[in-house]
Amino acid sequence: MADKIKVTIDGQHIEVEPGTTILNAARQIGGESVPPAMCYYSKLKGSGGKCRTCLVKVSKGSEKDPRPMPKLVASCQTQVMDGMEVENMTSPEVLEARKGVVEMLLINHPLDCPVCDQAGECDLQNLAYEHGAAGTRYEFERRKFNKINIGDKIQLHMTRCILCYRCVYTADQITDGRVHGILNRGDKAEISTYIAQAIDNDFSGNVIDVCPVGALTDKTFRFKNRVWFTKPVDAHRDCENPKCSGKVVLWYKGEEVLRVTGRKDQYGEVESFICNTCRFDKKKTNDWVIEGPRQIEDTSVISSNHYEMEHMLPVVEKDPELMEQNQKMFHKKIQ
Amino acid sequence: MAGKKILLEHIDVPGINTYEVYRKMGGYRSVEKAIKSMSPDDVVEEVKKSGLRGRGGAGFPTGMKWSFLAKPEGRPRYLVCNADESEPGTFKDRYLMEKIPHALIEGMITSSYALGANTSYIYIRGEYFYVLRILEKAIAEAYANGFLGKNILGSGYDLDLYVHPGAGAYICGEETALLESLEGKRGNPRIKPPFPAVAGLYACPTVVNNVETIAAVAPIVNMGGDEYAKIGVGRSTGTKLISAGGHLNRPGVYEIELGVPVEEFIYSDEYCGGIKNGKKLKAVVAGGSSVPILPANLILKTANNEQRLMSYESLADGGFVSGTMLGSGGFIAFDEDSCIVRNTWNFARFYHHESCGQCSPCREGTGWMEKILHRLEYGHGKMSDIDLLVDVSKKIEGNTICPLGDAAAWPVASAIRHFRDEFEWHVNEPKLCLERNYGISQKHEVVM
Ligand SMILES: Cc1cc2nc3c(=O)[nH]c(=O)nc-3n(C[C@H](O)[C@H](O)[C@H](O)COP(=O)(O)O)c2cc1C
Ligand code: SF4
Ligand code: SF4
Ligand code: FES
Repeated sequence: MADKIKVTIDGQHIEVEPGTTILNAARQIGGESVPPAMCYYSKLKGSGGKCRTCLVKVSKGSEKDPRPMPKLVASCQTQVMDGMEVENMTSPEVLEARKGVVEMLLINHPLDCPVCDQAGECDLQNLAYEHGAAGTRYEFERRKFNKINIGDKIQLHMTRCILCYRCVYTADQITDGRVHGILNRGDKAEISTYIAQAIDNDFSGNVIDVCPVGALTDKTFRFKNRVWFTKPVDAHRDCENPKCSGKVVLWYKGEEVLRVTGRKDQYGEVESFICNTCRFDKKKTNDWVIEGPRQIEDTSVISSNHYEMEHMLPVVEKDPELMEQNQKMFHKKIQ
Repeated sequence: MAGKKILLEHIDVPGINTYEVYRKMGGYRSVEKAIKSMSPDDVVEEVKKSGLRGRGGAGFPTGMKWSFLAKPEGRPRYLVCNADESEPGTFKDRYLMEKIPHALIEGMITSSYALGANTSYIYIRGEYFYVLRILEKAIAEAYANGFLGKNILGSGYDLDLYVHPGAGAYICGEETALLESLEGKRGNPRIKPPFPAVAGLYACPTVVNNVETIAAVAPIVNMGGDEYAKIGVGRSTGTKLISAGGHLNRPGVYEIELGVPVEEFIYSDEYCGGIKNGKKLKAVVAGGSSVPILPANLILKTANNEQRLMSYESLADGGFVSGTMLGSGGFIAFDEDSCIVRNTWNFARFYHHESCGQCSPCREGTGWMEKILHRLEYGHGKMSDIDLLVDVSKKIEGNTICPLGDAAAWPVASAIRHFRDEFEWHVNEPKLCLERNYGISQKHEVVM
């Protein structure tokens, strides 16, 4: 194995494998210094480079060539060099540029969070909250598109799309027979299923999970509930589809499974892709082996009242082992 | 030595568009010379010595670009000619290809030989379809005369040359978008690195050069790199085709020796013959719509009161504070009656229309700038709009995947830098502005 490479991000040192990007090096450090990434998705080849939220400043190129890079660079695309020094949250220039990118992402966004299913688990909401400005300087009519059904299970609400291309790469790489791409140019560009032709294959539902905003949503869940009123539980089943991991999150309201999704990590990426049968058709508790309450980041609105002991989920309450898990998480949270 | 013509030397010879006449005037000598008496590396060396710089806009030294070309075993290399020419104000490549198509074909063959390419492409702007026909005819003539195809001039060197039309997108002139488009994909610029020299067309090492750059290779090989380097001034060697447009007495394509004073270029009868209708010069966009606009005083003289020359260095003197760029050589003159706000809006509209939409700052920012400029131009602007424009342009500049973002930001930022009073006038006196620009006095409704 080649020698590890030393890199410093916001004054924190780490050694990583050669070929690692600045973003992934930062993720290995974790915490505040991880640049936000709206388009990069580690499981999708070719993704990244587009949204520009992950811009950072390279104040020292490497040990060999210490010159700073002339422009801010997309951390998801730029590989680290030995001795590189990177500024993210410590650079006013980066924060200013990022604020600009967030503003750009929002000027044509409908800001219809109150009626959007993604609210509460939306990367754009989080981004705007952490890096955006309070008001808008945009005084023109916002871009609008009609809603399109992509088959009977998925809805595309193009008006909310930030053109991160993740769903395009998903359609390209995960599903068979790509029927999903981008039409038109610039701010007229839109996701298309080639003249509203339905995506119909086993893995199309994953576009819902990769979408950072509420542009692609699960029609079987639409308007059923706000995510923070549902309680997530890890579960799995022995899926017949060899490509499907069968590892999911079940989102409960009382006894009812309202939706099934992949398991997302702290960067909004699913651990593994799941098939449409698991996602759309298996909505009964006895379809699944319940593993226990899902660990949710404390900062997420979903985590509020998630592990409370008084109104425990029926599936959890029935099983002493799951109850014990729930209790542990509850105590961890209130500490 | 002003007035030296190299590329356009025989432009007025009747029939110069045909193989026979072109050949009779000395055409294809560079192919013979290169293939018979030079190694590919010798040709690259001559191009290096010539100091030739890319004529497509960025002015990157061509010889250096060629020497970066990776040469892995067993993988083809490609030469791709960028004939997408869509920059507002630029129309020189079209003129050259239309009038002397063999000049480009000859350059393509000699350059392909130098780079070791056995398949080369000319990617031509879709709207130039009639020029594509002209080129295809010239290519057929070159095949028929043994300059293309298998075993060129009995040397064992093979070359096939194809012309491929774009579908009407300016962004496909950006070299990596061009390669995507040539591969049959959506013309989105690629994220670099890797650069085309390492992974270009079909992931193989590729050189992309402008039409004029490639055409200049033939005379460089003929006269030798050192001789070529004597033409021009300093690091701006050789001649350059300038597309002169706007309020000039004699607009058109001129071949100039680099280093001609801007003043001479505008006013002398050898070139543009002065400003139309005896009016005064107000401003110039010297290198195509993407470069900063300069007011008359700064285009004629630098901030240090030195004469400004038509060269890469002199036009860039003063940086973006008081200078501009030679760019693609699209020289647009504005007379005293032109409206800078209106022109800036027009350019902004173009970039908004042409953004590919991949990156957020360009996709959203170009539209935003256009809308603000539209409102200013039609008398609904606010004083705060001017600083807002500057700020939005800064949020785009440098933060995007390809230089289209910069190209959209610079014209706006420079127009405000040099003509802020005119923007303010639009806010303070909207009626007078409408009257001047459109001959109407009532405010009319803005349709956004
Ligand atoms: C938006 C955009 C449009 C461009 N259009 C053209 C063009 O039409 N013709 C061209 O030669 N270069 C164009 N360029 C520059 C090319 O990317 C590239 O630098 C050039 O073809 C290199 O050739 P050269 O080194 O011979 O100048 C464009 C660049 C950008 C960013
Ligand atoms: S629909 Fe969602 S995943 Fe697809 S490009 Fe838009 S924001 Fe990205
Ligand atoms: S800068 Fe504009 S044109 Fe270039 S890649 Fe980004 S969105 Fe596309
Ligand atoms: S995450 Fe890097 S540009 Fe989008």
